[in-house]
Amino acid sequence: MKPAPFEYYAPTTVKEALAHLAEHGWDAKVLAGGQSLIPMMNFRLAQPSVLVDLNSIPELFYIRPDENGGLLVGAMTRQNQVEHSRLVAERAPLIQGAMPQLATPQIRSRGTFGGSIAHADPSAELVAASVVLDGRFRLRSHSGERWVPAEEFFVGMFTTLLEPEELLVEVALPSMPPRSGWSFLEVARRHHDFALVGVTAVVTLDERDRCQQARLVLFSVGDGPVLARGAAQVLIGQSPTPEAIRAAAETAATADIDPGSDIHASAEYRRHLAAVLSRRALTQAFERAMSNT
Amino acid sequence: MSNLFNVTVTVNGTRYERTVEPRLLLSDFLRHDLGLTGTHVGCEHGVCGACTVLFDGEPVRSCLMFAVQANGHEILTVEGLGTIDDLHPLQKTFQEAHAVQCGFCTPGFLMTLVPFLEGNPNPTEAEIREAISGNLCRCTGYQHIVDAVKLAAERMRT
Amino acid sequence: MTKKYLGQRMTRTEDPRLLTGQALFVDDVEIPGMLYAAFLRSDYAHALIRSIDVSAAQNRPGVVAVYTAQDLGDFWQHGPPLVPAPHSVEGVVFHSRTQVPLAKDKVRYVGEAVAVVFAESRYIAEDALEEIAVDYEPLETVADLERALEAGAPLVHDDLDSNMASHLVQRKGDYAAAREKADLVIKRRIVIDRGAAGAMENRGIVAHWDEKSQHLTMWDTTQAPIPVRNGLAKILGLSESQVRVIAPFVGGGFGPKIMMFLAEEVLVPWGAIQLNRPIKWIEDRRENFFATTQERGQTHDAEIALTRDGRILGVSHEFLHDTGAYNPYGLTIPLNTQSHSMSAYDVANYYSDMKVVFTNKMITTPVRGAGRPQGIFLMERLLDIAAKELGKDPIEIRKRNYIPPDAFPYNHEIIDQAFAPLVFDSGNYRPALEKAAAMIGYEKFVKEEQPRLRAEGQHVGIGIVSFVETTGVGPYEGSRVTVEASGKISVATGVGTQGQGHFTSFAQIVADQLGVSPRDVRLVTGDTSEFHWGTGTFASRGSVVAANAIHAAAKSVRAKILRLASKALETPEEELELDDGQVRVADIPRQSISLGELAVLANPLRGAVEPGTEPGLEATAYYGPQYGATASGSHAMIIKVDPETMMVEIKRYVAVEDCGTMLNPLIVEGQVHGGVALGIGNSYYEQLIYDDNGQLLNASLADYLIPSATEVPRVEVGHEETRSPLNELGSKGAGEAGAIPVPALFAQALEDALADYNVEILEAPMSPNKLFELLHGKEKEQ
Repeated sequence: MKPAPFEYYAPTTVKEALAHLAEHGWDAKVLAGGQSLIPMMNFRLAQPSVLVDLNSIPELFYIRPDENGGLLVGAMTRQNQVEHSRLVAERAPLIQGAMPQLATPQIRSRGTFGGSIAHADPSAELVAASVVLDGRFRLRSHSGERWVPAEEFFVGMFTTLLEPEELLVEVALPSMPPRSGWSFLEVARRHHDFALVGVTAVVTLDERDRCQQARLVLFSVGDGPVLARGAAQVLIGQSPTPEAIRAAAETAATADIDPGSDIHASAEYRRHLAAVLSRRALTQAFERAMSNT
Repeated sequence: MSNLFNVTVTVNGTRYERTVEPRLLLSDFLRHDLGLTGTHVGCEHGVCGACTVLFDGEPVRSCLMFAVQANGHEILTVEGLGTIDDLHPLQKTFQEAHAVQCGFCTPGFLMTLVPFLEGNPNPTEAEIREAISGNLCRCTGYQHIVDAVKLAAERMRT
Repeated sequence: MTKKYLGQRMTRTEDPRLLTGQALFVDDVEIPGMLYAAFLRSDYAHALIRSIDVSAAQNRPGVVAVYTAQDLGDFWQHGPPLVPAPHSVEGVVFHSRTQVPLAKDKVRYVGEAVAVVFAESRYIAEDALEEIAVDYEPLETVADLERALEAGAPLVHDDLDSNMASHLVQRKGDYAAAREKADLVIKRRIVIDRGAAGAMENRGIVAHWDEKSQHLTMWDTTQAPIPVRNGLAKILGLSESQVRVIAPFVGGGFGPKIMMFLAEEVLVPWGAIQLNRPIKWIEDRRENFFATTQERGQTHDAEIALTRDGRILGVSHEFLHDTGAYNPYGLTIPLNTQSHSMSAYDVANYYSDMKVVFTNKMITTPVRGAGRPQGIFLMERLLDIAAKELGKDPIEIRKRNYIPPDAFPYNHEIIDQAFAPLVFDSGNYRPALEKAAAMIGYEKFVKEEQPRLRAEGQHVGIGIVSFVETTGVGPYEGSRVTVEASGKISVATGVGTQGQGHFTSFAQIVADQLGVSPRDVRLVTGDTSEFHWGTGTFASRGSVVAANAIHAAAKSVRAKILRLASKALETPEEELELDDGQVRVADIPRQSISLGELAVLANPLRGAVEPGTEPGLEATAYYGPQYGATASGSHAMIIKVDPETMMVEIKRYVAVEDCGTMLNPLIVEGQVHGGVALGIGNSYYEQLIYDDNGQLLNASLADYLIPSATEVPRVEVGHEETRSPLNELGSKGAGEAGAIPVPALFAQALEDALADYNVEILEAPMSPNKLFELLHGKEKEQ
């Protein structure tokens, strides 16, 4: 399982990297942590003719606070850096809740925060987390830059809004509003496997302890992360009783998603898991929200 | 057709300079170009962990890196951990606890566990199992490996 | 006092080399000028080959040669059948079809080799594979066992009139009559599916032909270096003495590495001779799923007949066994299934109709357990279902039916995998069951803990099963023991080692006989130039057959030592003792001579060696058991399941095993742990998933789920010991026992955990998805 030949560039600045992408367009693939790309190359499922390696670009490795209580994460920041960062623990505890379920320790020491997001695997924890936290992605090309909300970024299986000459350079994660609670749950066959189904939630209570906002994202349920708007509708303005949560979970599982079947789980089993995990995630998130008041 | 790149890398304290194709996997480079065959290859897709080495102190799967990416970096393989006459405490306890059967997965476990114990000198059984969840062993059922880690941790603390 | 090493929990002599990365595995072999092989494998499970165009591949820089079947000329032959038909059984039907080095007109399974490339690097060889153009005409495939036997099914082998490779019926007593008398007959369909061995090291071969000395050296991950050498010599038209096969350290065997003369094992040495260059082939993990043998696929329609107090009157089953596209390994696996379908019980009436079916899938050959898990699963499931119906608990019904300890040797009156009568040499099954129950706290759990946890809403269950395991089969193994001038001992034997600790456990045997430390005994295994008579490491026989040969050889050397020392020390043999590398006169320690000195005396540079004697202190001995020894045991498990997510957690696992005399308990425990881990894989995680087109859908370690440290519990091991009367050491095999009963146990415990759902688990492996379907096909019963 040896990869096919390729041209290789290891730029040391973002500008250099963007120049390569501009030159090669679709022929070029970006190499971040390589934990998803290199297995595909070894299987020869991916045979890029040009590889642009970002691992020698120091300006892409950082975790910074932003002025609004949120976080800015450089795209190449290693997953294990994020996992153990105190800043992340304070400002995005949901991310730290997600990290231990992301593959294995060795994968996390090389895999990158932005790489996982740009790869857009429907089972990726960081993909779902960035959507549930209402994050934004900074995309840069040789001709300029733009910000894209996470909610809009993932458009299909392994497909994002990234143009061939664009690089994801930064992820901005806002802080959760006050009176919020979060949850991150997944079910996997072995501890570190891709999720059969995963659910992550951020809920916010108003002054009367009713649901002001509910963001519920399901992953590994189709082509990409699904923001369960139907479920949210059920909850907003309501008291988060077990009945309301159950109804929201049912809506998420039956109306918001349309999972497929594969060798590990049938569509029915996925729907069932979606309902169970949505219920558990919402329950936990609301409990946390209550205790944050 | 393929362009060649110079790689200067320090492995187990020794500096090596080689010229390689960019697609040469780090695992193959270590094993065949440098002759350090202690690192083993079990899957080449990042699941089994047999190829784990330390890259700038962090445990990585050498089958998921290209040798060119090691240019300017430091690697520690199992050969750098200890010798037959001077075993690392973990190597000693692996023998004492019968944590080695066929031995193929063993170097990968050792290189995963060394940084783990550095970061967590008094781990629980659950933490140990979590730490090695990315290393597959078909022979031992993991139990004696866990025992070896506990014993080594105890000794390394005193 | 002479120290005793046999039975000690000695740490292993070989470990430091393995721990420091200094042990030689096949891929570590580097020879100047070496070429690398890659095989083009069929993407179709069943197709005609219209044409193959290798020209582009041949012209690629760095490619030295590309061969297809046409290029092999007379060399193209079907492989030898490794296990023949059991002609001793009346009415057996057996069609032998063995694999070919490269597919000629048709491919019969995904992964079948179609062409081979030899190039300057594996990278280039794989590039070349992509440039080979094969024009396939796809044919209809048969993947399902029953459909394969339907009239009009596509034929895997066109010269046969069906896909039935073999039909064999075995009988004991009269099941039909027994059934008439039964108070209860349980009838079920039981389905078991394929799993892989999944050794961490894939297969590999390095072949080095020395043109000047006309000698072939081959490093091979084989479990059977001697038969490989003998067979290859014949295939290549060489004398056996021109071929040396070395199995160095091997990263796990588990069965498939004993399959011989698959394409690679034949073409790599052939290529080395053709091209006069050393050739290396290292299987990658993807190939391993397609090109290495596997097994477990069977479908049983089974019945058990019992009295109302739970006594088994008889068992009957018709089953289909999946052999894949060829059947070089004969009936070994399904015969093992038959041998174990009565498990540990006194079953007077047994009927078994076995049909072996060709399918368009990879060839099946033994994987740890080798057909035994299927037989045990069958019996233990039927018994558990009967127990429920009769209101008996699993312990009670087993005790009622065990072969009693005074009934050994117990002849089952059917034949086993060696075509010999299935005779259990010894055993005592109740103590193992009772010990397992005591260790897990069975009664307390059922009476106190389980009700309490259930009241809290938890779904926890307990299971306990028994099993037997035929081990230590012949034909024989041999060994040579030599005392060297240094006083150290060297031992050679033909079996190879894939992690079982032979270098240590076998040394312990020799150490006891010769009064030395096991650390001073150097063992060579698996090198045909060191020892060339024997078969290999399989069927849990190393600790029986090879061990007893070593024991016999060591005893002979001991006798020679005493005879010579008696002369040298002028003292009768009875007054001598061997200890610490010396021969001493008892009670007069100053009167001694070292083994090294004796060795020199025995091999003089001057003088005469007595006629009728041999020089040196060396002996070669063989051991061939009349029939195999039967190991046994009981496993118990407490499992927790979340019926909403289908996720399970094994809370406790107890394994009580009886492998007779243990050579080294530490090593035995390691074998049990590893076997249980594989068994857990076979229960809930691992399944080779083929679709109807014979395509393997999960050919990677990301999708074929080998349990990791977070899925395998602590295994508490208990021992019972019924020594085998068949060999001097009293040993039985221990290599496969851990794996054999696990799926049966898992099913029982899971059913118990989900008692309120009242489900029946009749297949292995299970999976979360299958459990979901089982639970949602039933109404929860209050």
